[in-house]
Parts: sequence; structure tokens; C-alpha cells
Amino acid sequence: MEVFVQQLINGLTLGSIYGLIAIGYTMVFGILNMVNFAHSGVFMVSAFIALNALLLITTWFGVSSMVMALMIIMVISMVLSAVLNWTIERVAYRPLRKSFRLAPLISSIGMSIFLTNFVQVTQGQRNKSIPPLFHKQIILMDNGNYTVAVSYEQITIWVVTILLLGAFWFLVTKTSLGRAQRACEQDQKMASLVGVNVDRTISITFVIAAALAAVAGSMYLMYYGVVSFSDGFVPGIKAFTAAVLGGIGSLPGAVIGGLIIGLIETMWSAYFSIDYKDVAVFGVLAIVLIFLPQGILGRPDVEKV
Amino acid sequence: MTEPLLSVRGVETYYGRIPALKGVDIDVHEGEIVALIGANGAGKSTLMMTICGNPRAREGSITFDGQNITQLPTHEIAALKIAQSPEGRRIFARMTVLENLQMGSIVAPPEHFAADLERVLTLFPRLRERLEQRGGTLSGGEQQMLSIARALMSRPRLLLLDEPSLGLAPLVAKQIFDAIRDLNKSEGLTVFLVEQNAFHALKLAHRGYVMVNGLITLSGTGASLLARPEVKAAYLEGGRQQATP
Repeated sequence: MEVFVQQLINGLTLGSIYGLIAIGYTMVFGILNMVNFAHSGVFMVSAFIALNALLLITTWFGVSSMVMALMIIMVISMVLSAVLNWTIERVAYRPLRKSFRLAPLISSIGMSIFLTNFVQVTQGQRNKSIPPLFHKQIILMDNGNYTVAVSYEQITIWVVTILLLGAFWFLVTKTSLGRAQRACEQDQKMASLVGVNVDRTISITFVIAAALAAVAGSMYLMYYGVVSFSDGFVPGIKAFTAAVLGGIGSLPGAVIGGLIIGLIETMWSAYFSIDYKDVAVFGVLAIVLIFLPQGILGRPDVEKV
Repeated sequence: MTEPLLSVRGVETYYGRIPALKGVDIDVHEGEIVALIGANGAGKSTLMMTICGNPRAREGSITFDGQNITQLPTHEIAALKIAQSPEGRRIFARMTVLENLQMGSIVAPPEHFAADLERVLTLFPRLRERLEQRGGTLSGGEQQMLSIARALMSRPRLLLLDEPSLGLAPLVAKQIFDAIRDLNKSEGLTVFLVEQNAFHALKLAHRGYVMVNGLITLSGTGASLLARPEVKAAYLEGGRQQATP
């Protein structure tokens, strides 16, 4: 029981991070019908931006409050990652928009390789680590030999994820920008006929996707305390799995998919073998896709961006 | 005669290497209803879309209110208040009726939204009952009303209607034609419409054009075109239907 509760806590934390990355995959897929393989790279770069920002503000500017530091690095990482993703769209995808269907996909794989190697060269091959931001945890259960605890990092991740998803949901469903995004996702030609600047809307979509990935990246760094240039790949592919599992194109699906993937991973690690956790994740994906090819919420009338 | 509101001069449009428009000249004056009739594949819808810049005219020029709009991006043409209810209606199927109308009002000043909404809902009361329903769940006639209503939400200076009566029951088609006539009479709305239903279109319009294979072959007032034997033969079911003044 204690193990189950603890793994539930860990799984929801991990799932929140996957969910935030998955939204980026699903949004871009919705509007461009393209899997943006560079998204995992943007996530990894955002973690490095957060890392360097943290070193900068703690050593040079002497910010000592950890909450303050965390907020600052998150904002810096969001802004710089957004600029990066905006540039990627401009340089690597937009010129190929009228080309054959696979061209932007191949370009995104190229971008992904570029980002990984760029970080490897500039940041080094070794893991980079940061000191733990909080040293505190809340003990929920203690039966003598097993303690169930939730750390301050985990609470931070939940709170930030919930706030961000709330803001994001409001943006997509209630604002004119969100309407324009959904319109572009459904019918770009008609959207331009009513006066939507389709190119700008696509750019904004990439900016939002990167900002969400940057929050995930900063929190990933804070949670694990270490990041390496190859860290984009596995979390990225799991977030992509989450997006497919939830139904690609569906925003709530991406979040639900993320949570499911996070829970499968932690539960499998606890009850079966930690070595096979990734096998379990992708095995579940394969099974779900056989019986539910469109994913959990991937019906055609689902709200998409 | 005053300067026309919309003036199309020698426009040629291609799909790949296939010409769809081969040098089209058309004028639409402020306050007019102008009809364009022609057979399937004549290039009528292509002309409508070319006016909005998608596809773009390869040759010739399109002038709106004295401004050359031939090379303007589609969304900037929309911002000049040229609104289109396109071929196939193109309702945003996964958005509600209200959201579809909000999309139509993007280029209009936001303070006019409530009044404009009230205006189109009075014109098409069926839409009022369906405001929170998704566009894709509407019937064909309702979608056509929504498509026209969405175009009207921008307070257009020029309304482009592509086949407003396509696939509609005669009664519904009549409602829509009546609505267009009323808007033209009461507000002086300028309308350029494409129709296969040549009889109704030419009765409604002040002037008309006939398009054959990407070229304008005839033009004149609605009544004079209706009286032409070649129009009767080609577009009025062998002349069975007679023009009534």
C-alpha cells in the first residue's frame, strides 16, 4: 500500500512533465499535420538554459531565495526556448510548407540531431548537475520501515502544471488567439479568408509549445538535479508516445496520455523490473494502438489545436 | 460612371500548368448585385478565390477601392472587408455556431460585435436556436446560412457568395436570395455571386456575366441576359423557364 501511494506520487510527477511536452507535439501536429521531432531537442535545450541561468543568477547575482531563483530560471528558459522554436519553424519548416509532405518531417529530424550535437559540443558530454533546490519533504505515511513522502519539488511540479494547464485551456477555448489556432487547425484556407494570419498563428503555436516544454525542462532539471545532452531523446519519445496514446491532436488527450505513461513507468519499476520500464511503456502503447488506433481521445470531434 | 469598387482586369490563374482563368475582366460597382453564371468547371469559383489571393493571379490585376490587391496576402485582403462565403461553405465544423460567427468578426471592430451578432441572428433566426451547437452538426441549409452570416459579421464592403443555393431545398434557397436582396436594398451591400441556378441569380442581380472555359463570353443586365437565347439554351434548362419581369 505504501509503495503504491509513493509510486502514485512519483508517477503523477513524471506524468505532468510528459504531459507538458506532449502538448507541444499534439499542438504542432494539429496545425501542421507533422510530427515535430525537434520538440524533444527543444525540451533538452530548455533544461540546459535553465541550468545555465541558475548558475548565472546564483553565482553572479547572488539570488539566494530558491523560490525566486526557480521562477526566474523558468521565465528565462521559456523566453529563450520560445525564441529558439520560433526560429526553428522559420528556418526549417516554413520554407518547406508547400513542399512534399515528408520534407518538414525530415527537416525536423535534422533539427533534432543538430540540437543534440550542438549541446553536446557546447556543454560537454558529461552530465551536468545542480544542487537540490529544496531540502524539504512532507511525510504522509510512516509504518516503521517505509515512509511515503512528497517532496517540495514534486508539489512545485504539480502546482505549476495545474496552473499552466488552466491558463493554457483558457487561452485555447476562450480567447480569439485560441479560436484562430483552432480555425487554422481545421481549415487554414478558410481561416485566412476571414482574416487570420495563418503564418503568424503557426509561429505562435510553436512559441507556446516551446514555452510549455521549457517549463517541463526546468522542472525536469529541478526534479532529477542532472541533465545531459542525450536527455531529450527518451523523455521526448515518451511524451510523443503520450500524445499518440491520448489521441494525437487532442489537448486533453496529451495530458491524460502523459499521466498514464508516467504511472505505467513508476508502477512497473516498483512491482516488476526497473530495467523493463521502457519496454512496459511502449508495450502498452502498442496494445492500445491495436485496439484503439485513434488513441484514447482521438475522435474527430475532439477539441484540437 | 464612377470608379468600380472591384475591378478585375485580364486575370489569368493556373493550377500547375493548367489555365483556369484565361484573361477575365469584371467590374462590380458599389451597391450592385452582380451575378456570374456558367457551367461546372468554367472557373467561377477560381475567380472568387483569386479575388481573395488564393490561388494568386499569374497575370492581370485586381483593384479594390482604388488599391491594387493582386499580390496582397489573403488575410490582408480580408482586412479590406472583402468577405467570402466560399464553395462548400467551409464551416469550422468543430467550433460552435457562435465561435464561427466570432471568427467572421475578426476584421471588424470588436465594439460592433454585439450589434452585428444581433443583426445576423435576426436575418437568420434558425442560427439563434443553434448558437452553442457545433457547426458540423448543422443541416446543409443551416450551414449555408452560417457561412453567409459569418461573412456578414465582418461588415463587408464586398460580399462574395459562391453558390449560395447549392444543395438547398427551393424554399430555403428562396429565403437566402430574399435575405441577399434585402441586405442590398436596406444597407446598399455590394454582392458578387456565383450561381449555377442562373434563373434565380439573374433575376436577383442588377448585372450578370457568363463564363465559359475561363473566359467571360457575355455580360449585361440581369434581365437582358435572361432574354438572350444562348443563355436560355445553355443555362435555363433549354429555355423552359421564362424570365418574368
